[in-house]
Formats: sequence, C-alpha cells, structure tokens
Amino acid sequence: MVNLSTEIARIKLKNPLLVASGIIGFGEEYSKLINLNVFGAITTKTVTLKPRAGNPSPRIVETMEGMINSIGLENPGLEIFLKEKLPFLKRKLKIPIVVSIAAENAEEFAEISRRLDKEKGISALELNLSCPNVRSKEPRAKSPPLLSCPPPRLASGDAGAGESKNGGINSEQGVISLISQDAELTYEVVKRVKKVTKLPVIAKLTPNVTDITVIAKTAESAGADALSLVNTFSALAFPHSPLTTSHSPVFGGLSGPAIKPIVLRMIYETYQKVKIPIIGMGGINSPQDAIEFFLVGAKAIALGSALFRDPFLPQKILIGLKQYLKIQKITLSKLTGSMIHE
Amino acid sequence: MLTAKLSIQNKVYHLQSLITDQKEISSGYFRLIFSAPQIAQIAQPGQFVHIYCGEGTYLRRPFSIAKVKKNQVEIIYKVVGKGTELLSRKKKGNTLDVLGPLGNGFTQSLNHPITQSPILIAGGTGVASLLFLAQKLITLYTSHLTPLTVFLGAKTKNDLLCIDNFKKLGCQVKLATEDGSLGYKGLVTDLFRNSLITHNSSLITNIYACGPYAMLKEIAKITQKYKIPYQVSLEAMMACGLGACRGCVVKTSHQSLTTSHQHFVYKTVCKDGPVFEANQIIWE
Ligand SMILES: Cc1cc2nc3c(=O)[nH]c(=O)nc-3n(C[C@H](O)[C@H](O)[C@H](O)COP(=O)(O)OP(=O)(O)OC[C@H]3O[C@@H](n4cnc5c(N)ncnc54)[C@H](O)[C@@H]3O)c2cc1C
Ligand SMILES: Cc1cc2nc3c(=O)[nH]c(=O)nc-3n(C[C@H](O)[C@H](O)[C@H](O)COP(=O)(O)O)c2cc1C
Ligand code: FES
Repeated sequence: MVNLSTEIARIKLKNPLLVASGIIGFGEEYSKLINLNVFGAITTKTVTLKPRAGNPSPRIVETMEGMINSIGLENPGLEIFLKEKLPFLKRKLKIPIVVSIAAENAEEFAEISRRLDKEKGISALELNLSCPNVRSKEPRAKSPPLLSCPPPRLASGDAGAGESKNGGINSEQGVISLISQDAELTYEVVKRVKKVTKLPVIAKLTPNVTDITVIAKTAESAGADALSLVNTFSALAFPHSPLTTSHSPVFGGLSGPAIKPIVLRMIYETYQKVKIPIIGMGGINSPQDAIEFFLVGAKAIALGSALFRDPFLPQKILIGLKQYLKIQKITLSKLTGSMIHE
Repeated sequence: MLTAKLSIQNKVYHLQSLITDQKEISSGYFRLIFSAPQIAQIAQPGQFVHIYCGEGTYLRRPFSIAKVKKNQVEIIYKVVGKGTELLSRKKKGNTLDVLGPLGNGFTQSLNHPITQSPILIAGGTGVASLLFLAQKLITLYTSHLTPLTVFLGAKTKNDLLCIDNFKKLGCQVKLATEDGSLGYKGLVTDLFRNSLITHNSSLITNIYACGPYAMLKEIAKITQKYKIPYQVSLEAMMACGLGACRGCVVKTSHQSLTTSHQHFVYKTVCKDGPVFEANQIIWE
C-alpha cells in the first residue's frame, strides 16, 4: 500500500490533495455531488469580517485553457460563517478544515484570527494576501519599496475589487497594492496574526510580483507555517455575456492550465529559498500535473477551477499519484523537490 | 393561491451518458438525446444540464432540458462557439459527460379558473425549456377551454424551432421573425404587445419566457404595466453550476426585514435560478 499521508504546518493530512479557496464555497453544494472527505483537507471560500456582496456580473469568462474570475470576494462575513457555515462543515467533514481569511489591514486580520482561534474544529488559517490593502491614507510608495510591483491597478485572483465594474481597485482610501505585493505589509500581517493565534498560519501569495521568493521569504521570517502558491494572475478578457449589453472587458484573476508553467517555475524558485512547506496550486488538471508540482517542490497541492469541469478529478489524481509512487518506488516526501535534489 | 415549486433540488448526478440520437433540426441547430434515467426521472421544466463538450473547452456548458421521455433527456442547441461546435460533432453511441439536473425550474400555479391560461414566449433557443414546460402545463390544463398560447420569435424562419412540437401538444402558436420570412415581421415582443390589445390581459394567469436578455427585459415592462405575473429563465456564464463559486450572479431586489430598506442581493442563476419571478430582477 502506498502511503499518501503527510503533514503540512502541523496539520496531519491523510493525503496531500486539498481543495483551493473559493472553489467549493463552504461545501454545502458540492457535498451533494461528491464526497468531500476524499480530500486531504478543504480550504473554505475567503471569509471577511463583514459580509461582502461581491462584483457585478459578468464574473466569469472562459479563456484559452483557463478562466478569469472576478467574484469580488462575495462571502457572508465572519458571523454567518461561524453560525451557519462552519457548523455544517464540521458535521460533514472528517478532514481538516482550513479557513481562508482576508482583511483590509493587519489589525483586521488579527481581529478575525483572534475570533477563529477560539473556535473548535479549525485546523489552520490561510491568509489570502492577494487582497488590496486599504489602510493607509497616504500612498505606501512613500516608504522605500522593498520590491518593485507591477502597477497594482488590477485585483489579483478573487481579491475583491468592490463594486467597480472593471476590477480596478478603489483608490479613495489610498489603495495602491495587494498585501502580498508588498514585503513590509506581508510581514506585518503575518506577524500580527501569528501573535494572536496558535493555529498554523498559511500565507497565500499573489503571483503578480516581480520576484515571489522575496515575499515568500518575508512571510517565512514573519512566522508563516506554510505557503500557498499561488493565487490567480491579473488578467483581462472580453466576454459577450447575455447579461451585459456592452462589450466591456472583464478584469479578474486567471486560473487553469494556462498558468501552470508559470506557477511551476515560481514554486521551483521558492522551494530553493524557503524551509517552510509549499502548497502548490494553479492549473492542476490531471495526475501528471499533480506529480509535476511535487517534483518542483510542493509538499501538498490544491485543486482549483478544474474541479468545475470534473468533480471526480480528486480521485483520479490520488490514484495516479499512488501509481506513480509505486512504479517509481519513491515515497511522497522524497518526491517533493526531487527534480532539484537529483 | 396554491403554487407548486416543482423542482427537487436534493440530488445532482454526474453521468457518462450514452448519446442515443443527434440530429440537425435546422441549419446550425441540433437536437441531442441521451440516456440518463436518473436525470429524466426528476427533471423539471426550467432545469438544465451542465455538459463537458470536450477537449479545448475548460468549463462545462449549460443547456436547458427540452424534454424527458422515459430514460431519455433531450436538449436543443445552437452552434455559437467552440463548445457547441464540439458537441455537434458527437454521434449516436458516443458518451456525454453530464451534470444534472440543475437549478430551480418554473413554478406552475395549479388552481386557476378554467377560462384562464398562461402564455409562453420564447426567443431563439429559449424554446428548449418552454417546450418542456408546455408538456407539463398541458397535463395540468387538460380540462381548460383556452389553449396554451406560445409566442415564438427568431431572426429568420430557419431560426424558428419546434413549431410542430408545440402544435402537436395543442398549443396555439404565434410566430414572429425579424426578417418577416415567417409569421409577423418584427420582434416577438411587439407581436405579444399587439396581442394584448385584442386579448383580455386579465385572463392571462402567468407569462413564462426564455430568450435573449433584451427580450425578457422588454416583456418585463409590458407585464408590469398589465400586472401579469411573469417568470423568466435567465442565462449567465457559469463555472460550477451548483451555486458554490458565485460566478453566475444576477442582481435581485431585496426588502430587508429589519430595516425595511430596499437594497439588492446577488442570486445565482445556476442554483437560485435560472427561473426567477421577473419582478425580483433588477433589470440593467
Ligand atoms: C441555464 C442556461 C440554459 C441554456 N440553455 C440553452 C439551450 O437550451 N440551448 C442553447 O443553444 N443554449 C443554451 N444556453 C446557452 C449555452 O450555454 C451557450 O450557448 C453555450 O455555453 C455556448 O458555448 P460555446 O462554447 O459554443 O460558445 P462560446 O465560445 O463559449 O461563446 C459563444 C457565445 O455564447 C455565449 N455563452 C457562452 N457561455 C454561455 C453561457 N453559459 N450562457 C449563455 N451564453 C453563453 C458567449 O457569451 C458568446 O457570445 C443556456 C445557458 C444557460 C445559462
Ligand atoms: C471562482 C474562483 C474563486 C476563487 N476565490 C478565491 C478566494 O476566495 N480566495 C483565495 O484565496 N483564492 C480564490 N481563488 C483562487 C484559487 O484558490 C486558486 O488559487 C487559483 O484558482 C489557481 O488554481 P487553479 O488554476 O487550479 O484554479 C478563486 C478561484 C476561482 C476560480
Ligand atoms: S456557476 Fe458557480 S455559482 Fe453559479
């Protein structure tokens, strides 16, 4: 029997396949279709302190080998999450629950974390650091930038661009970057959260940076127990949705097989610079893809938008992975980064 | 009024179904029939199936259920892009990767006086879900004196689908084409509006419509004026099709209980819809 069990950020997993944030919401719908307990763990939709309505339609566009989403972090907010969503997950699941959270600044991240720390049944917090920072009234650029960022006009992934149709970040409050586009902010948020919770903390980073290893190292030095690499890529596409009469483009986050080669390169680079484990995600669509993520250094992987197409992909990936380990006569832990160790 | 929410939401099936027939019913339009007993048994008018069309598409494609017969499910679609193109190449004997039945279907009122009757209005491929609805309504309204009236609208004669199917069901069919190649020359919404001049609108119990957004919106203006209950089947780009990803939302009005304050909520077309009471929708 091939053993798929592993450990990430002190969480024991029966297998290394998670479901990425935002894919199954809070599990209610997908649990009617598939057995969620096949996963090693699930990550919830990102929860914010207050409910968020999200972005107007269209929120989805299919692109070549992928899709763009601009959901705008629609979620019921922390209170409803605790009252309705978490109890459901705890009832249904026998696997660890990772709660993804986002906030506008370090204080708010800490406030949510403090509240979740008191709850039973949560295995870890994933900080969605691909959300805009809206604390500072003055542009952050005044402090010496530790990293050069792309012009942060676009929200990354499902970062929540408020009600702005084009996904541009509201600049009223001095927003100029996503948290994980800024090493200093990343440090501050992770540090603050670590201070208020004993739960393992996973930092999920945006790929929309010049050098992701800089941010990854910063998150590690602030005490992050693991990294989730990566969120979606800022992108633009033209839908012709029947819900809109105009042909304006949709700004949002690109996911799917189209991004996989870039993500693999990012994990490959990061693996060589950090000691904390990496949960890899971005375009996993087959057992072959999954194996590649381990080869470049992922210790666990998360399934994202490919689940929309194939609800039975989790089983297929796990079977494929087992077969590979058996044929190669290698353990799962040895597989991680084996391309680099060779 | 006794109304029956006929759609049963508890079970969704993921099937590899056998295609039993595929035919081009009009140039560019196809009727695909596949074997899916689990779906056929519980499907309700207005519900849809979410189909993986094949290599080269990333997301599934939603299609209304047009008919169920014993173990068979039928869809009617137009080739508009890559997914529908791939689908049209499938043949009898091939398998089809299907998720369904999904969504909330049409609500059918059961206890109307026999002089009243609903009206169905379809634009383009919107006929699919209304054909299924017509079959259901006929069984509910067999004792009625007034036949079901169905308005079908499309660009040209070639785009007018299923006329005979509706006629066979005993429906009174009214046609409109934009180029005048068959029936009324102009928009189906105009044909419908004109009909209200001669038709006593208080005898219409319900309007059910499926078609392009602009058509549905135009009908909403008319039904609001005449105060006729109106249900619409909406479309949106979809990913999960289950209500999980929040990708397919539509703005609906919402009266807050606590603040008596009017605001909007996003509802999902895939799970809360695709059928909505039109007066809930905030038309854009
Ligand atoms: C609930 C529901 C029921 C539907 N029922 C039917 C039906 O019975 N018959 C039928 O022919 N079509 C139906 N559609 C529309 C059908 O899903 C699209 O035509 C199909 O997805 C197009 O796929 P494609 O790859 O061929 O086109 P693409 O290349 O993806 O796009 C071509 C065009 O189709 C539009 N489109 C793409 N995806 C969707 C979508 N999910 N919904 C609406 N438009 C879309 C695009 O905006 C574009 O203009 C339905 C849509 C919904 C949401
Ligand atoms: C519809 C959708 C919603 C998402 N919502 C979130 C979210 O709320 N929080 C988050 O951290 N990532 C979110 N993501 C990003 C995914 O978790 C994942 O990082 C990304 O999709 C890349 O993986 P993939 O290519 O396998 O889809 C979302 C992605 C999609 C497609
Ligand atoms: S398509 Fe995912 S919520 Fe409707």
